[in-house]
Amino acid sequence: MGKTSAAFETSLDELGVTVTTADERTVTAEITAAITEPAVGVELDETLGASAGSLAETPVVVDPTPAALRDATTGVTEATLGVGDYGSLVLSMTGRASELVSLFVNRHVVVVRAADVLPDMDATIQSLHERFNRAGGSAIVATGPSATADMGELVKGAHGPKTVHVIVVEEAE
Amino acid sequence: MSKADELRHLMRTEGAAIAENTQGFNDGRYDSVADLEDYEELKQAARDIKEDAIERLPELLDELTETVEETGGSVYIADDAADANAYIREVVDDRDADRVVKSKSMTSEEIEVNEALEADGVDVVETDLGEWVLQVADEAPSHIVAPAIHKSRESIAELFNEQFDPEEPLETAEELTHFAREKLGEQIIDAEVGVTGANFVSADTGTMALVTSEGNARKTVAATDTHVAVAGVEKVVPTVADLHPFVELIGRSGTGQDITSYVSLLTPPVETPVVDFTDDETPLSAFDNDRAFHLVLIDNGRLAMRGDDQLRETLYCIRCSACSNSCANFQSVGGHGFGGETYSGGIATGWEAGIEGLDVAGEFNDLCTGCSRCVNACPVGIDIPWINTVVRDRINRETDTSAEWLVDGLTPDEEDEGAPLQKRFFGNFETAAKLGSATAPVSNWLADTTVARRAMAWGLGIDPRRDLPTFERETLRDWVAARDSVVTDPDRRAVLYPDLYTNYVQVERGKAAVSVLEALGVDVVVPDVPSSGRAPLSQGMVATAEDHAQRVSEALGPYIEDGRDVVVIEPSDHAMFQREYEKLVDESTFTDLAEHSYEVLEYVYGLVENGADAAALSTGDGAEIAYHSHCQQRTLGLEAHTAAVLEQCDYDVVTSDVECCGMAGSFGYKSDYYELSMDVGGRLRDQLEADGVDDRPVVASGTSCLEQIDALLERHPRHPVELLAP
Repeated sequence: MGKTSAAFETSLDELGVTVTTADERTVTAEITAAITEPAVGVELDETLGASAGSLAETPVVVDPTPAALRDATTGVTEATLGVGDYGSLVLSMTGRASELVSLFVNRHVVVVRAADVLPDMDATIQSLHERFNRAGGSAIVATGPSATADMGELVKGAHGPKTVHVIVVEEAE
Repeated sequence: MSKADELRHLMRTEGAAIAENTQGFNDGRYDSVADLEDYEELKQAARDIKEDAIERLPELLDELTETVEETGGSVYIADDAADANAYIREVVDDRDADRVVKSKSMTSEEIEVNEALEADGVDVVETDLGEWVLQVADEAPSHIVAPAIHKSRESIAELFNEQFDPEEPLETAEELTHFAREKLGEQIIDAEVGVTGANFVSADTGTMALVTSEGNARKTVAATDTHVAVAGVEKVVPTVADLHPFVELIGRSGTGQDITSYVSLLTPPVETPVVDFTDDETPLSAFDNDRAFHLVLIDNGRLAMRGDDQLRETLYCIRCSACSNSCANFQSVGGHGFGGETYSGGIATGWEAGIEGLDVAGEFNDLCTGCSRCVNACPVGIDIPWINTVVRDRINRETDTSAEWLVDGLTPDEEDEGAPLQKRFFGNFETAAKLGSATAPVSNWLADTTVARRAMAWGLGIDPRRDLPTFERETLRDWVAARDSVVTDPDRRAVLYPDLYTNYVQVERGKAAVSVLEALGVDVVVPDVPSSGRAPLSQGMVATAEDHAQRVSEALGPYIEDGRDVVVIEPSDHAMFQREYEKLVDESTFTDLAEHSYEVLEYVYGLVENGADAAALSTGDGAEIAYHSHCQQRTLGLEAHTAAVLEQCDYDVVTSDVECCGMAGSFGYKSDYYELSMDVGGRLRDQLEADGVDDRPVVASGTSCLEQIDALLERHPRHPVELLAP
């Protein structure tokens, strides 16, 4: 495991975000282990590529109806980048409704490639600067579960997910 | 209600929750920024970006407008609140919306868009949990980041149970949050228009950054098809890359979080499909994303602030709340006391003066004591005390004065006839001190008589519960003039600056300083130098302060040229030479004095580091003491020097870490603020009376601090230099 990946996992741990690692062959099994059903998701081919397997091999309902989304406990999406020193995940906002799947659920399971974990926030914003200037678009830099301190003390799970689980996909050896 | 009554009421009803929360944020800030290796570099980068953006604002607004329109959005630059509201009402009306959901936005509160939309019969729902609590309670925010900071969990539970009558009474924060989430969740998915603020907007791509933690801003955008973002024109930055330092600093500086849960970087209209949340047949991706986006940028006085050399810095503000949380007075009264129509905390004076006018800023501006603890906390390096001083000066000049006859003899500075009586008295304390000393001890006896105290309370607003300074008949300069130096072959030569208090009131610390310096081989002179101008500056009498600064520079200049260092005992005067004079005298004069002046214990530290023999000083033999540094001294980074010298001289030192003692020069003497001053002081008292500290003799660097500690404790405090005198 590289230095950045190690820092990433430490950061996630400090945020109370659980982590498992997988390779392309085991990623669907790790997803199945990480979800609490009912689960919905967005297919993983955007950053992982087709070789990483498909959510069709898991109990996750891909491209659910809005009603199914609202009934779901878990949402599974990819992150396009990770941020090593903060444990942040860069979530995309595409026409496949990844924003809804990652937000309107209690548990968010995020899959990110180890190679996409950048060392720090500076590199991350720089990468987004280039992406937005090249192709436009939007992203969410998500760090830990949603939270509020507005009700007198810190509560995890405000409008968004209460728990986050990250699956880091390393290159198969 | 009088000012004192108003503040007393706030402290009693909201003070406990405010104190706990703001101090928690403030402690969190110290911890969080300590983890940033490049904290100072990030602050400088943030500052540079803001300076550049405001400098190039018209051009950036043009670029932003072009990019947003290219990506399918609309930009409207509104002159004022009414203009902005008219536009937003039209958007909402065109969409035929019954409900507007909002995420937290100070700018939308500034323009009071909720009231404007509600007048049209639109249901406006705040989705930030804190804002929603206030909407239900019909109360105003008390903090720019955590708006319901003044409400305890118990009071929120009581409010919800009363308003909504849930089946099971709500009690825990978790239950309250869950209840609000469910209730608001239903309203969000049923709304047509989502209103957000924007923390930053990049001109290159039209990307806006929204810094949030609850996820409500994400839902507000995702679940509605019409997005209205409301922001001040000052929120534009040149590029996406420029967001970097702000993303790292904003959460840390405010609530002490390394980063908030979500930083949304949106280039609207977003691609997320607009779904019907009741649909159980159509897959999410089959819905289209027919979305509208309106960026409403608000001037409302900002462009005039941009042209105002003194208020311009306000526009660099990123609304992080560091100046609120680090402010000792804010920690006691919160934003309902220390705030205007919309904004609160130290920087609010700039915002309210620029947006609402001096009358609104004048309602709370006195609560900035100039302690400067916000200066280093501000992620964009705004000189917030200076903005408060300038606005106070402008308010003074606008306000009519009365009873001028009483103050005539005490305020010879004719250029400041604009300042109110009380401010002129404190601002010209030099005159009172000279007179008091010349006639001591009669002046002290007279000043303490009931009749005199009543007259002071009535005419000058000096609180009768305060002990007045006792003037010494023999001043420090008299004492020095009557003795011979013990140094024959000096290693260094210095001017000991005879600040007002050291010269007339706390003469003992001046004598101690002379002895200490001479023991370390320094030739000391104590010439006649005017007072620094700190007193008039605190009262907003900038012209008088400039005059002092000029005369002080002229008096000290020849000594510096002659190779003497300037040693200053009173930290608030030292801070004048190091910080405020930059605004009051020309650059080379400022630099010359700043480079050659030292706080007395900083100087002792330097002497010993450079080979002077500390053994010549009196030592403590391990004696336990408590040290309270001075707010402005800490801002200059000079607290550690005193602690180090005391430790070197074999004292066992514990140090307080409250932001300010609460006295703050004349502040604590004023009837309006006496109780607030004592409330702030209570936090210092708690530290000095903590287990293991409660029997330690107390030393403190500042005159005000010494007076305040004297009032707070049985123990009589001294200046640290008095411990070291051989």
